[in-house]
Amino acid sequence: MSILVYVEQAAGKIKKTSLEAVSYAFALAQKTGEGSVVAIALGTIDSQELASVGEAGAAKVLHASDERLNAGVIQAHATAVAQAFQAVGANTLILAKSSLGDAVAARLAIKLDAGLVSNVVELPRLEGGFVVKRSIYTGKAFADTTITTSKKILAIKKNAVDQKIDGAKAQVEEFAVTISATDFASKITATERATGEVLLPEADIVVSGGRGMKGPENWGMIEELAHTLGAATGCSKPVSDIGWRPHHEHVGQTGVKVAPTLYIAVGISGAIQHLAGVNSSKCIVVINKDPEAPFFKAADYGIVGDAFEVVPQLTAALKAAQ
Amino acid sequence: MKILVCITHVPDTTSKIQFTANNTKFDPTGVQFIIGPYDDYALARAVELRDQTGGTLTALNVGEAETEPTLRKALAIGADDAIRVNSFPKDSFFVAKQIAQVAKEGSYDLILMGRESIDFNGGMVHGMVGELLGMPSFSPVMKLELEGTTVKMAREIEGGKEQLEAQLPLIAGCQEPIAEWKIPNMRGIMSARTKPLVVVEPTSQETQAEASSFQLPPAKGSVKLVDKDQVSELVRLLKNEAKVL
Repeated sequence: MSILVYVEQAAGKIKKTSLEAVSYAFALAQKTGEGSVVAIALGTIDSQELASVGEAGAAKVLHASDERLNAGVIQAHATAVAQAFQAVGANTLILAKSSLGDAVAARLAIKLDAGLVSNVVELPRLEGGFVVKRSIYTGKAFADTTITTSKKILAIKKNAVDQKIDGAKAQVEEFAVTISATDFASKITATERATGEVLLPEADIVVSGGRGMKGPENWGMIEELAHTLGAATGCSKPVSDIGWRPHHEHVGQTGVKVAPTLYIAVGISGAIQHLAGVNSSKCIVVINKDPEAPFFKAADYGIVGDAFEVVPQLTAALKAAQ
Repeated sequence: MKILVCITHVPDTTSKIQFTANNTKFDPTGVQFIIGPYDDYALARAVELRDQTGGTLTALNVGEAETEPTLRKALAIGADDAIRVNSFPKDSFFVAKQIAQVAKEGSYDLILMGRESIDFNGGMVHGMVGELLGMPSFSPVMKLELEGTTVKMAREIEGGKEQLEAQLPLIAGCQEPIAEWKIPNMRGIMSARTKPLVVVEPTSQETQAEASSFQLPPAKGSVKLVDKDQVSELVRLLKNEAKVL
């Protein structure tokens, strides 16, 4: 039995979160002691890039190179992945939780009659059934979930496993898919994507600013700190509500949920709705001039001080340490 | 134009989450239940589209009797009638089957719901319903405009958004800023009491992935404060102690 991994691309590069999903599948195959890991990649991607998916643990990469699949047309992707699942005789599908991944996984659950669990945070337990631990209540709790179907789909949260990097190059095979016009009926007419920056949901380090930054004109120091760290920038809900920053930077309960290694919050008080979006972070640093800010209770490290003084000093200290 | 909006009955975003019965059940003690925040956006946009097209708007919830005040609130905000499928929402697949059954019987043109519930956060029900009904599904949708039978949408992707065009009927999982939340006014609250709320029994009991037990995350240790004039000490701690740099 094989494990299939749906890997996503952005501009011809396989996404890091997808490589984590491949690593998860590899660890799962090791744990069950059966089968190999096969990845399915869609759209235009060069064969070197595809072969490198092997480093994360895939033995083989199926490539459906139809250029209509470059765009994330949900139904078409779901059909293509379902055909790959059948072709390799897989029993489990692994994918990274993402905007497109979620949408595709849900349709596949029905197409394949497979039990689906999302927000998976670690490898399943196999004693007494297939039991998956997932994050619920926006990170405020976890649930053990038993999948009762023979086919399974797991949508993996960031940092569920460490990415494997020492695998051999994968064998790359062209995979022919048959996709109906109906599956391509909805059209993506334009894509706007921040370029040249680290994407927030996938970032290892995130620097966020709140209302304590006093105005959008002061974001330069947040961006400089982020740039120094190779981090993505985020913000609190009030900041995106008043339009200081774009909506896709809003971190919190109803915005982006992040799971970075390091989260730095500047001038954010730490409302429970914001904490819900960051509580999967490994390490949290809070910079706030109010020593009573609730965020300090959720932080690992804190500095009580004026952001306008502390942030430039922190940037300088990081540059000095590099 | 017939619109169906599916709403969840979930703990308020400020709730402290606790479990009971040896960590096998959610403990509702002291918890205020609300319409899911994402569903609230879907409902607000659905009311606007109903008013724009002169159609009808039905609110649907899969839940036991305790969810009726939440459904009544949806009626107060502007839904014309409501349906409750009388069962605990066991898993995403179970809920999707119930919604698909109601949708089939009602022949809706547009089905809206939140991008995800804020209890289980699966974000899968809209896609499952789409596949069960053979309709396209989109999520997370942050803009949705109707031009005849063409639907123009913006869908959030990592670090940006994509603009989409599709044909009715379709399903969308919604999020801000698709519409402003609507607060029920007194007239809405009065009329909600007499609007029809039909209770139907589930047509299938099938599940695929039910939660069996719950855990809270380990308690966080106390914060280590660094003096604001010793910023380089923070860099040292992040490097050598936390090992995150």
